[in-house]
Amino acid sequence: MSRLISYGEAIREALDQCLAADSDVVVMGLGVPDPKGVFGSTLGLQVRHGPDRVLDIPLSENAVTGVALGCATTGMRPVVVHQRVDFTLTSFEQIVNQVAKWRFMFNGQMSVPLVIRMVVGRGWGQGPQHSQSLQALFAHVPGLRVIMPTTPYDAKGMMIAAVESDDPVVCLEHRWLYGISDEVPEERYVVPLDEARVVRSGTDITLVGVSYMTLECLAAAEMLAEVGIHAEVIDLRSIRPLDTRTLVSSVERTGRVLIVDNGHVVGGVSAEVSAVVVEGAFDRLEAAPERMGFPDHPTPTSPALADGYYPLPHEIATRAATIVGESVSFEPADRGIRRLDQPNPNYQGPF
Amino acid sequence: MIEEAIADLYPDQEMRCPVHLSIGQEAVAVGVCDGLGIDDLVLSGHRSHAHYLAQGGSLPRMLAELYGKSTGCTGGLGGSMHLTDLGAGFLAATPIVGSSVPIAVGAAFAAKVKGNGRLVAVFFGDAAMETGIVHESINFAVVHALPVLFCCENNLYSVYSAMEVRQPSHRSIASLARGHGIRTLVGDGNDVEEVANLADDAYRSIRSGEGPVFLELSTYRWREHCGPNYDNEIGYRSVEEFEAWLSSDPIEVLAGRGAWDERAADVEDIAAEIRSAVEFARKSSFPDPATAQYPVLGSSRA
Repeated sequence: MSRLISYGEAIREALDQCLAADSDVVVMGLGVPDPKGVFGSTLGLQVRHGPDRVLDIPLSENAVTGVALGCATTGMRPVVVHQRVDFTLTSFEQIVNQVAKWRFMFNGQMSVPLVIRMVVGRGWGQGPQHSQSLQALFAHVPGLRVIMPTTPYDAKGMMIAAVESDDPVVCLEHRWLYGISDEVPEERYVVPLDEARVVRSGTDITLVGVSYMTLECLAAAEMLAEVGIHAEVIDLRSIRPLDTRTLVSSVERTGRVLIVDNGHVVGGVSAEVSAVVVEGAFDRLEAAPERMGFPDHPTPTSPALADGYYPLPHEIATRAATIVGESVSFEPADRGIRRLDQPNPNYQGPF
Repeated sequence: MIEEAIADLYPDQEMRCPVHLSIGQEAVAVGVCDGLGIDDLVLSGHRSHAHYLAQGGSLPRMLAELYGKSTGCTGGLGGSMHLTDLGAGFLAATPIVGSSVPIAVGAAFAAKVKGNGRLVAVFFGDAAMETGIVHESINFAVVHALPVLFCCENNLYSVYSAMEVRQPSHRSIASLARGHGIRTLVGDGNDVEEVANLADDAYRSIRSGEGPVFLELSTYRWREHCGPNYDNEIGYRSVEEFEAWLSSDPIEVLAGRGAWDERAADVEDIAAEIRSAVEFARKSSFPDPATAQYPVLGSSRA
């Protein structure tokens, strides 16, 4: 039985069902049991499952990551939650040196069933230290699985798969996705952690979206359809490992690819996707792969500056049309918002 | 004797990994692990051979690991700085200073949630007290009253950097720990009986649910920070200081009160065990790069 629920509710339901199904699952993070419940994704969990299994933490991200690793390798399945990617950086030492290498450096004698959730901020002046989208940093490290679910359906299914996985899983959740709703089954189900998904079929060009950028790619594909360009849209979902088969097979059919990352272009995930496509479908490419993403500077705070920071659907569509060889300039769609620092009129900050 | 054997064999260049020898610091390891069982867990840092062996870790598998062999305790993937023997209750040693401390706290957290009566002990040095993560870890353990012993081996040096350039002289490590509201004990780390008594005292209060204990033990590293040699000639510590600590060697301390009974037959038994372990390590095969399966990721639970 499906019903329409939000991204945050989908994650909350996934965690709730994991906590109910397995007494080894624990959820910890700053603000997890507070009245806001990490944008709703942990609301009510402590009341249902108790303060021993759903807990707030000291503001010690690095140690808490080590604590979670210590739990994970001695029989528990912890989920650590950070309200921003940026806050996770103080735990990079534990994640890279210990969590990612634990299984390897002890020759497979121990596993680390650990999920690390973190929210990517955007808009309303989040600025340099509240809106980083650092999936490329995590994806560089062997031993981690890195996921960025876009839809509430995938958020629930991938979160359950992540908790059930015997590997450490880093999950980056875009703040603006919390505002979207989707048909989500009530029952427990899993979505694989290593598969991209073709969310719209097309023949002329492949648009590869990462996280929120998948929605922007879908909007761009609508614009392109109006001028007779049929774009295929792939929601990457799994950043590590990359689903090479789905990416290559799509580009083999379309011959062209535009990768739109929710992150910096330089040294980013779009570079890796591009390399995979070139290596796997070189003979079938009719144009060089192209990339869009964040510019080569941190996120500015003022709405006047932040407005130009993120790729927008009409920019994606214009770029795609150029790659296909059509000279079409698309106009911005009217989203009913005052500035581009909000996804819709309902989102009014403050974070 | 084991560490001396390693030091003697190291110049052969067959043990091709950094070694941080425990010579001089053995009493801490023996005294602290004496009160632990194989269902308890021990973690350590870069200088971990004594801790691993005192907790009952396999000597042949440790030496094979130093030789990079497939029979090593991590199959040649870890070396001297990444020891484990789960059957003996030695969870892990990893060499980033302070970094294994929260993992011990996590193992203690799991023990508390599961209610299995397990106790966890973690060894680290004086310099670890300069890292943020150790303080974060002690705070977490105190907040949750976790069954963990923090054992700080104060050997006065971080590589070649002396205490006075790293910590204020008017503030002791123990007082720093006490600031976290943790029960803190201080003792002579070269006196194995004193260490064992302090550890037993700590374990009693931990097992009775009174929360974690911090134990600061003074001791001294005889050889260089990393490698088989003595290094007094390079000038970071004085010969007088070194000789003073030599005279309070753990065995001298015991002998001084008539508590050391060295029997030639025991010494020969140990020497034979070491020879046998070295032979095992040397004769074992290297892991085969052609067939190596690197355990980077596991499989998902169904």
